[in-house]
Formats: sequence, C-alpha cells, structure tokens
Amino acid sequence: MTSALTIERLCKTFGKGPDAVQVLDNANLEVPQGQSLALTGESGSGKSTLLHICAGLEPFDSGKVVLAGHDIADADDHARATLRRGTVGLVFQQFNLVPSLSVAANLSFQARLSGRHDPDFVAELAQRLGIAQLMSRYPEQLSGGQQQRVAIGRCLAARPRLVLADEPTGNLDEATGDAVLDLMMELAAQAGTALLLVTHSTRLASRCNARVHLRAGKLQVPV
Amino acid sequence: MTRAALQALLSHWVRSPFQLAMLLAGLALATALWSGVQALNTEARTAYATAESLLGGGNAARLTAPAGQIPESEFARLRRAGWDVSPVVEGRMAMGQTRVTVLGIEPLTAPAGGTSEELVAPDVTDFLAGLGFAHPQTLDEIGPRALDLRPSQAVPVGTVLMDIAQAQALLDKVGFITHLTLAPVQRDGLTPLATLAPDLRLTPPEDGADLAGLTDSFHLNLTAFGLLAFAVGLFIVHSAVGLAFEQRRTMFRTLRALGVPLRHLALLLAAELALFAVLAGVAGLALGYLMAASLLPDVAATLRGLYGAPVPGALQFNPAWAAAGMAMTLAGTALAGAQALWQLWRLPVLAPAQPRAWAHAGMRSLRLQGGVAVVLAITAVILAQTGGGLVTGFALLAAALLAAALIMPLVLAGALALGQALARGPVAQWFWADSRQNLPRLSLALMALLLALATNIGVGTMVSSFRTTFIGWLDLRLVAEVTVTPRTPSEASALQDFLQDHADAVLPTQRMDARLAGQPGQIYAMKDHATFRDSWPLLDAVPQVWDRLAAGEGVLINEQLFRRAGLRPGTAMLDLPELGGVPVLGVYPDYGNPRAQAIIGQDLFRATWPETPISQFALRSETPQALIAVIQDEFGLPSGQITDQAQAKALSMSIFERTFMITGALNVLTLSIAGIALFAALVTLSGMRLVQLAPLWALGLTTRRLAALELARALVLAGLTLLFALPVGLMLAQILLAVINVQAFGWRLPLQLFPADWARLALWAGLAVLAAAVPPAYRLWRYGPNQLLRVFAHEK
Ligand SMILES: Nc1ncnc2c1ncn2[C@@H]1O[C@H](COP(=O)(O)OP(=O)(O)O)[C@@H](O)[C@H]1O
Ligand SMILES: [Mg+2]
Repeated sequence: MTSALTIERLCKTFGKGPDAVQVLDNANLEVPQGQSLALTGESGSGKSTLLHICAGLEPFDSGKVVLAGHDIADADDHARATLRRGTVGLVFQQFNLVPSLSVAANLSFQARLSGRHDPDFVAELAQRLGIAQLMSRYPEQLSGGQQQRVAIGRCLAARPRLVLADEPTGNLDEATGDAVLDLMMELAAQAGTALLLVTHSTRLASRCNARVHLRAGKLQVPV
Repeated sequence: MTRAALQALLSHWVRSPFQLAMLLAGLALATALWSGVQALNTEARTAYATAESLLGGGNAARLTAPAGQIPESEFARLRRAGWDVSPVVEGRMAMGQTRVTVLGIEPLTAPAGGTSEELVAPDVTDFLAGLGFAHPQTLDEIGPRALDLRPSQAVPVGTVLMDIAQAQALLDKVGFITHLTLAPVQRDGLTPLATLAPDLRLTPPEDGADLAGLTDSFHLNLTAFGLLAFAVGLFIVHSAVGLAFEQRRTMFRTLRALGVPLRHLALLLAAELALFAVLAGVAGLALGYLMAASLLPDVAATLRGLYGAPVPGALQFNPAWAAAGMAMTLAGTALAGAQALWQLWRLPVLAPAQPRAWAHAGMRSLRLQGGVAVVLAITAVILAQTGGGLVTGFALLAAALLAAALIMPLVLAGALALGQALARGPVAQWFWADSRQNLPRLSLALMALLLALATNIGVGTMVSSFRTTFIGWLDLRLVAEVTVTPRTPSEASALQDFLQDHADAVLPTQRMDARLAGQPGQIYAMKDHATFRDSWPLLDAVPQVWDRLAAGEGVLINEQLFRRAGLRPGTAMLDLPELGGVPVLGVYPDYGNPRAQAIIGQDLFRATWPETPISQFALRSETPQALIAVIQDEFGLPSGQITDQAQAKALSMSIFERTFMITGALNVLTLSIAGIALFAALVTLSGMRLVQLAPLWALGLTTRRLAALELARALVLAGLTLLFALPVGLMLAQILLAVINVQAFGWRLPLQLFPADWARLALWAGLAVLAAAVPPAYRLWRYGPNQLLRVFAHEK
C-alpha cells in the first residue's frame, strides 16, 4: 500500500529566543492511500500548523514531508502550488470560498484548475451535499454550514489524492456533520483518496480508520 | 468614554499611517490647487483695481481726439470755459532695459480721489521738479536710470507716473496731450462740450481701462480649472474616508455594542475629520501659495501680453485669501465625509461585515449614480441647445463631465461582465468577476483618473487646435516683413515719403476708436494691395469682397464682432460713426484681440477721418534687414519702434505659449493627483484583499501569479478608463472650442485631432498606473505567503 502522506521527525518552532513556541517536535505520521486518519489535540497544540505544513503553505524547520511521493522540502513555490492544485484538497473552517464567484463557480473551481472537471460529478456532489438549490448564490448569502459544504464539495470535485480538512464539520449540526462525513468517507473510499481530518469530536474521530493525538509537539496513538 | 473611544478610532490611523498620509495629501493638494488659483485671481484683480484707481477711481470720463492727440491749447480753452478737466499724456517708450508706459499728469488739476493724488500731494514740489513714481518691480526692470523715480505699490506695473511737462519732453510730445480727464461733477450752466469742442469725443468711464471686464473670461477659465482640480482632490478624500469607514466597520460595531451612543460616535468621527481638514488645509495653503508664486510670472505675462493688463510678477500674502481657502477645505471635507457619516448613522449594530454585501450595496449606489448621470446628461443637452453666456457654457461643461464620470463605473461594470462572459478558464473567469466585485472600491479613484485624463485630452486638444490654427493665421496676417511705428505725426509723414523709395510696398495703418454695435472697438483702414488680397484670412465673405472693400462699398469685421452682434456678411449692416449703416462684406479671424474690430477701404477712411495719423507702417521688402538698417540710420528710431516679422511672430507665440503653460501645469498637477488617488485606493484595497486572495492561494495559485493578476487588473481598469476618457475628452474639447472660447474670447476654432498626443498621454497614464499598482503587487508577491497564511491561522 503506497503512502499518501509521510511525515518524519518534523520540527516547527514559531518565533525566536524566549518567546519561541515549539509546536512540532520530531513528529512522525503516515497516512496510507485510501485511508482516513483523525487528528485530535487541545486548542493551540499545533493541529492547524501541521496541516498548513502538509499543504506546503507553511515552511518548517527540519524533518521530512512527502506528499504523494513528492518531498515538499525539495519543491519551490511553484511546485508546491502545483501540488495544491492537483494533488491535495484543503478544507478550512472559514475563508474557504472565493467571494466573487457564485456557488456553482466555486464548486467547479478547483476541478477546473486541475483539469479534472466533470459537470455530472459536480451536480451529483451538490445534490448529495444538499446545496443544489444554492448554485446561483454568492458565498456571503450562505450560512456558515452551507459555505462549509460548498468547500467540501469543491475539494471532492477535484478528486485529490489527499484531503486535508481542518475541523470541516465545526460549523455543522451533529446530524448534518455526520452525513457530510459519511459522504467524504464514501467518496474517499471510492476514489482511493486519503483523508487527514482535524477534529475535536471523539465520536467523529472514532469513525476514521485510525487516530492520532498531538500533544507537546509529538504525535501519539491514543490508548 | 470619549477618550477611550477616540483612542480606539485613532488607533486605526496609527496602524495604517499610509492611508492617513494619502487622505492628508489628497486634501492638501486639493486645497493647494484651489487656493493657488484663487491667489492668482486675487492678485490680478488687485492689480486691476490699482490701475483703475490711479486716476480717479476709473469713474472719470475722457475726452479724446480722432487724430490721437490734442493740442495743449484746447486744455486751456476748456478750463477757461469753466470745465473741470485735467490733461494727461500717455505713451510707450524704452526706459533702461525695458519698455514702459509713461503717464504724465498735471497734479494741480488731476481729479480728486485718485491714488495719484495721495501719492503726489505730499511731495508736489518735488513732483513738479521731476520726481516720478513706479512699482518696485518696474524699477527693477528698468535697472540703472537717470530719472529720479520712487517706488510705490500704488502705480501699476509697467507704468511710470510723472509730471506732464517732463512726460511730454520724454515722449517727444511737447505741446500735445493724449487725452483730457473729465471730473465726474461739473459746474452747472457751462457751454456744452459738443459746441465748445466739437472735434473731441467723450468716452464714458466704463469704456476705458475696464480690465476686470476684459480679463473676466481668463479668470473664469482659471477658476474652472481650480475647481476641477479641487473636485478631483475631493474624490480622493471621499474614497479615503469611505475606505477607512469600511475598515473600521467592525470597530464601530464593537464600540456601539460596548455602549458608546451613536450620536457620540458620529460626533467623534466628525471631529476627527475636522482635525484632518485643518491639518491638511494649512499644508495646502502653503503649497497653494508656492504654486501661485511660481505660476504668477506666466499669468502676469499673459495678462500683460493679451490684454495689456498690468499685473506684477510677485505674490502678496492675503489673510482673507487664506481664510477663504481654509473654509473651502472644511466645506469640501464635510462634503466628502458626509456619506460615510450617513452610513454610520444607518448602520445596524449587527451589520454584516462581509465584502460582497458591501459590494452589493456598492452596486446599488452605482445604479443610483447612473440615474444621476442620465439626469445630468439631459441637463447638458438642454444647456447645449439653449446656449448663451459663459456661465451657461461652464455649467454645460460641468454637467457633461460629471455625467461622464458618474456613468463610467456602470460602463466599466458592463465591460467587466462582458469579459467574464467571454472568459474561458477558471482563473480568467475569476479575474473578471473579482475585478467587478472590487470595482465599487476603485471607482472613485478611477473617476478621478477619468476626469484628469479627459481634462488632459480636452485641454490638450484645445491648445493644440489653437496653436495650429494660430500659427497658420499668424503666417497669413504677418506677411509684411517689417513694421515701423512712428513716434509723432511729423515723423509719420517723413517716413511715408522716405519709405516710398525704399520698400517694395508701404502699407500704412490708420485706426480710430469707435463703438461698434454697442461695443468698444476700433476701425482700421486697409489699402487695396495684393498683400491683403492674397493672404488676408477670411472666414466668410461676399463675392468680389476685395473689389467692393476698395470701392468703399462695405466693411470687414472680425469674428468677435460677428459672433457677438450676429452680423452675417451679405445681409447685415454695421453702423459706423459718420458713415451710418455699411454692408458687412466679410468676417476675418482675429485671435488674441478681446475687442471688436472693423476694416474699411483706405480711401473711404481717409475721406471720412482725414486727420487720423498713421500709427504704423507695414513694409514689404525682399531684404528686410537692409531696410531696417536704412530706416534706423535715417530716423534714429529705437529698436522697439521697428519690428521684423520673425520677432513679431515670436512675441505673439510666446504670449500664447505662456497662457497655455498655466493650463499645462494645472493639467500635470491634476493627473498626478489622480495617480495618487489610484495609488491610495490600490494600497488600501490590497490590505482588504488578503481574505479574498487567500482561498486562491490555498487552491494552488502562486503569489507571483496573483501579484501579476493584480497588476493586470489595475492596467485593464486604467486602460478601459483611458478608452472612455478619449470620447469624453474630445467632447470637452468641443465644448471648450465651440462654446467656452466663443463666449469668452469671441472666436471659434476648428477641432483637430492629435493622436500622437493621446499616445503620449496613454504612456504617461500607464506609467502613473504602474507606479500606483506595482508597490502593492510587489508586496503581495514578496510577503504574500506570510500574510495569506495569517488569514487561515487567525480563522478562529
Ligand atoms: N504565525 C504564527 N506566529 C506565531 N505563532 C503562531 C503562528 N501560528 C500559530 N502560532 C502558534 O502556534 C500554536 C499552534 O497553533 P495552531 O496550529 O493554530 O493550533 P490548533 O490549530 O491546534 O488550535 C499556537 O500557540 C499559536 O499561538
Ligand atoms: Mg486550528
């Protein structure tokens, strides 16, 4: 089984001198292709930072991050952008959508960027995410939960190898959250997509294939 | 509470010092341009008042003779008959290193109330013994001198005031006077002047040195430019205030949620604006003063050259001017800030702070703007149809320009929507959609840019059209190789005899003052000669115009008279003194002359006014330099009395070049203000755009690409603005040439197109836009990742 994401001895410190905060301290992690992994940890423990590093958004101090066979450390700005466009799908808690584009345009945006646009698939996704009737609206006309679903749809429509999701269901009620997560898992399984999911909810975490906990810069498998 | 709230409000400016600098700079520049122009106007008006009050406050009538001068004995005769008249001798002559107007008065009889009285009375003995007065600037221009001259601000620039006897001697007019001033109040029961001196003509006071009236149009032009620049400046202030409001929306909400009353908040914001207005106003006044001081020499030269109005080249400081400028700044700031305050007033405590909601509101106000634009455009059309009057002309100009500026964002929005519809790739589609979304935030700056570009094109076209027409016209009018101005009538007749044998053709100029169709003007005599038949420019004429003119069958009139009095060649008659109604045979262009003018055949002129002296000779010669030398040897004429064609042309051109240098300078300033406005808007926007750009970056667009797109957007918007500015500018030029010029100066010029100028302007505008757009784009490219990441890092 190939690995979608491999992290070895990753270190990351914010700031210098007495103000320095070591967020990651020799962290190791592997997400196999087609598997889902839940990442938990206290607020401020560095979960988002880890995700940003994996997406090539944030530089790191030392260690190794391999994304679908590409070593991030070797990639320049352009190559990282290409990885984000074609290989990784990102879902944040907020600020996911392009404000000037309609829901329809947002949904197909990344798929079109990566050249994998399939209108039927997008329509099906919209249907299943319950946003089909919102297609002509603009992001600011949506609730937080609706925006979140559009962002998830946009990410899945591009069929990435790895989905990095930072508390994607934080804005959803429990039932919708469960339904959306079901969909993500199902589609991930179908397409062989790996899933790294940051969540606070132990209930959601328990539904993933595996689970890691971030504490004091180390990643541990909880007992 | 007040202190805490104020601290919170001001903290915004501390954190965005650049925005504050832009706000202050916009306000200061607007104040500078407006008050600078006002300083020029005030200075010139003061100078006119000086000139008019020199001899009895401009309300004394004059007595003149058709022959140009009056024998001194006439003065004595009228005094004996009981009339309160005073003799004046006036003439131009070379003095030191310059030419001056020598004004000789008789202090004992001079009308009471004139400045000359105050000036001369304390030193009347010295004055009679040869003491003269002149403006300090005139004294500087004269340089080392033989005469005893004392500096005085009360004497117009370029004039030397002295006793009449000394002036007569200097001007070689012993025994003659130029005119008599008539005291406003005379004794009852005097023999009427018509019986006593039938040869003398009475000129009512308002016909005389009515400089303020003549130069009004020039000042109105300047004022219009000042106002336009001020408006462009206010656009900057308005957009800076609006953006600052937008950025502080959350803060307002928080402050209100924390219990600061709305009224209190509004007052604090108004106080903040007033503080900025005062700070910027002071800086603007200082700048305006400097600007006016550096432009004044050109303005003075124009006014002297074009209208003979004496305006000094050095600026005085005037507190009333400063107060008026400050008031204008405060009023302008209030106007520019009103919308933001109004929005604050209506802002619900829990208003959404999302960008597109604001953009939607922006789109609504765009449509409202479109409605206002349509109303203005209709007003402009009505004004153009009804016409008449300089003020109407300027109202037309303002309505048309404002309509164009207000409609432009809608046109741009349409163009961007079209771009979006035509775009294929996702990034291209986003590019157009995003440009459209941000249009409301940039539209004020773009409108300022449009106004500046359109003014540039419009005024540039007018100036270039004028220059081309004027040069062509000068070549036709200045065919005579040499002109000679005799100093006295006796010299004139001696010259006449002498020149017959030395020049190829002698074309004497004779003229007399007269009222033409109710306006002050002059009648000229024209000799029937091939020079005129071949080259005298005519705008309109009856058939065989030259034969009929030579036969004394009619009159040629200048364009000014033609337009003001509506005298059509072939049908209209012009009333001339002594001759009655005379058919109008043709109309000729007469650029640069503010007065009415008529030309009749030389034979008819001499038969009607036989005593009129020859004021000038135009000479044709194949060897002009040799001719000049011969005349100088024979008559010892000073160089100022003989002009060769090239010199005359250069002189005329230089006057106009200086006039247009002023408008050129204002043009450049307006364009730079617009550039600053765009820069300010783009920089402020770039801070707000991070949230909009962050998702794209996360989706795999590099910051370099994003920065390039930002740059492209600025260029596309500026390019569209320039495209729109072209027809607007040409419309402006057409209004200037066909309406304003006709009303102000009395002549209409053909509109000519100068694409090379447009290309140059496009290049400059492109550079200005690049200068405005590169810094924020560069920042995005270099520091983008850090800032963009912060958007996500701070998401909770
Ligand atoms: N750009 C930054 N500069 C300095 N410190 C940062 C930055 N981003 C995050 N941090 C710090 O790193 C730690 C981890 O943050 P984050 O990854 O957002 O935590 P989590 O997502 O687990 O709540 C926090 O203490 C936060 O303050
Ligand atoms: Mg987080």
